[in-house]
Amino acid sequence: MTQPIEKIETPKGERFIIPIGPQHPALKEPGHFEFTVDGETVKDATVRLGYVHRGIEKATESRNYIQNLYLLERICGICSHTHAMTYSLGVEKLAGVEAPPRAQAIRVIVAELERIHSHMLWLGVAAHEAGFDTLFMYSWRDRETVMDLLELLSGNRVNYSANVLGGVKFDITPEQAGDVLKGLDFLEGRNRHYLDVVSNDALLLGRIRGVGVMTQADAERLGAIGPTARASGVALDVRIDAPYIAYKDFQPALITETAGDLEARFKVRVREIEESIRLIRLLLEHLPEGELVARMPRRIPAGEAISRVEAPRGEAFYFIKSNGTDTPARVKVRTPTIFNMATVLSLAKGLQLADMPMILVGIDPCFSCNDRMVTVREAERAETWTWNELREHGIKVYQR
Amino acid sequence: MSNLVDQITAGLKTWARVNSPWVIHFNSGSCNGCDIEILATLTPRYDLERFGVKLQGSPRHADVLVCTGPVTRQARERLIRIYEQMPEPKFVVAVGSCAVSGGVFEGCYNVMGGIDRVIPVHAFIPGCPPRPEAIIDGVVKLLSSLQSPAPVQPIMGPDGGKA
Ligand code: SF4
Repeated sequence: MTQPIEKIETPKGERFIIPIGPQHPALKEPGHFEFTVDGETVKDATVRLGYVHRGIEKATESRNYIQNLYLLERICGICSHTHAMTYSLGVEKLAGVEAPPRAQAIRVIVAELERIHSHMLWLGVAAHEAGFDTLFMYSWRDRETVMDLLELLSGNRVNYSANVLGGVKFDITPEQAGDVLKGLDFLEGRNRHYLDVVSNDALLLGRIRGVGVMTQADAERLGAIGPTARASGVALDVRIDAPYIAYKDFQPALITETAGDLEARFKVRVREIEESIRLIRLLLEHLPEGELVARMPRRIPAGEAISRVEAPRGEAFYFIKSNGTDTPARVKVRTPTIFNMATVLSLAKGLQLADMPMILVGIDPCFSCNDRMVTVREAERAETWTWNELREHGIKVYQR
Repeated sequence: MSNLVDQITAGLKTWARVNSPWVIHFNSGSCNGCDIEILATLTPRYDLERFGVKLQGSPRHADVLVCTGPVTRQARERLIRIYEQMPEPKFVVAVGSCAVSGGVFEGCYNVMGGIDRVIPVHAFIPGCPPRPEAIIDGVVKLLSSLQSPAPVQPIMGPDGGKA
């Protein structure tokens, strides 16, 4: 006769918490997560951000409009062009200037090349978290092609510095356009292969199919944006909803999936690469002739402007307030990751601990642009604020 | 006799260290630009692993700490803790203009400046971000200096980490 196995009770009120970060092999950037687990199952999750908060918004107030262009480009090294472009669009709106058509087209070409590089980077990192290092190495090898194209056009691999206020800094010659098209042909072939891998590879599907399902209602309730939301069937894309610059004439197709799991997020991003390739080809074919820069006034007239751009991870939003001098009075930056972070915390509940890196990477997190604030009391001790404290603080500050 | 043994073991250690340095990467406030270039050095086109360099998750197994970004006030304590957890002898490489001097973020209220404000640095690799080739060059220079009779000495910033 077998003995009945004694059930081990955890003492009431005791929780087992696994801290991850801020330095952890699964995180490329510092963020701190705490997972409350019961066995292998995650019961609760909290996140602590702010390790990369640098104080950029405040710094913009002491630098002039042109200096800020280079500062804001360095909010994030992955979507640097997006930040510089959103800022330029805002300032141009304040000054009542519109970039010439050729400059608009070049901005879009660089933005779409950036989207390709960002999604391929993500594909590699996500595959790496799934333990599929072969795909990581392949996608990063192919990503070098996009980096070469960006370097060919701008002279730099990461912070391309394509924008100036009122236009762009470099032209695209016919020879360069030919090289870009050649690179795109190669990428298109590889991308078809990746779509095949993420929809048919049995081992990868074991890690991603049906994992972390977010319904459309949940995505809307949690305020998800970008590819994360589109993988749950939310039709949301600034390029289509509120077209800016050359997107008005060259519309991308809206790419959505309905499943809402990790597989759908892989597919959405891989299919977006395809769409970007199509768009760049179209733009290179119909590149308008003309100037590269419109004349900007020295002083930006007083006023307020907002600008919205679809970054690779979702909507980037800038609010710029000018007081008529050569420095802005306030620049407010809103970036996508912080809105998708809520989905990580709510999806985590009930899943296996081993799925956590995949769930986190599924939103394509970028901490460098999402760290909003930090309180430092002494030189080395930083404090965490709860949501309610933060809310009250916000109300108090803005009542004045 | 014991002198000779010491010499031989010291030579052996340097040989092992130079042939297979294990690297840990910490981002103390960077914009990601430098981080993705470091990652790119490990991927097929640049393949830093051909020098025996291996990226390592735990500071306790690492020989070289590769830092990116300026040091933010919140990350400072962590950076020091990771540095202290590494076994001797340890080497620090600062990658990117931010890590060298604070770069474009110099003057932001939450930024303390370059890595050398907080921990001693052996090698500085400037650039925003440095190209993968530059990062490889920096690491190779550091490694070859370890074999020479006068290896590089670490540099500590102006206020000795008390900032
Ligand atoms: S040096 Fe440039 S790329 Fe590197 S972290 Fe600083 S701003 Fe980013």
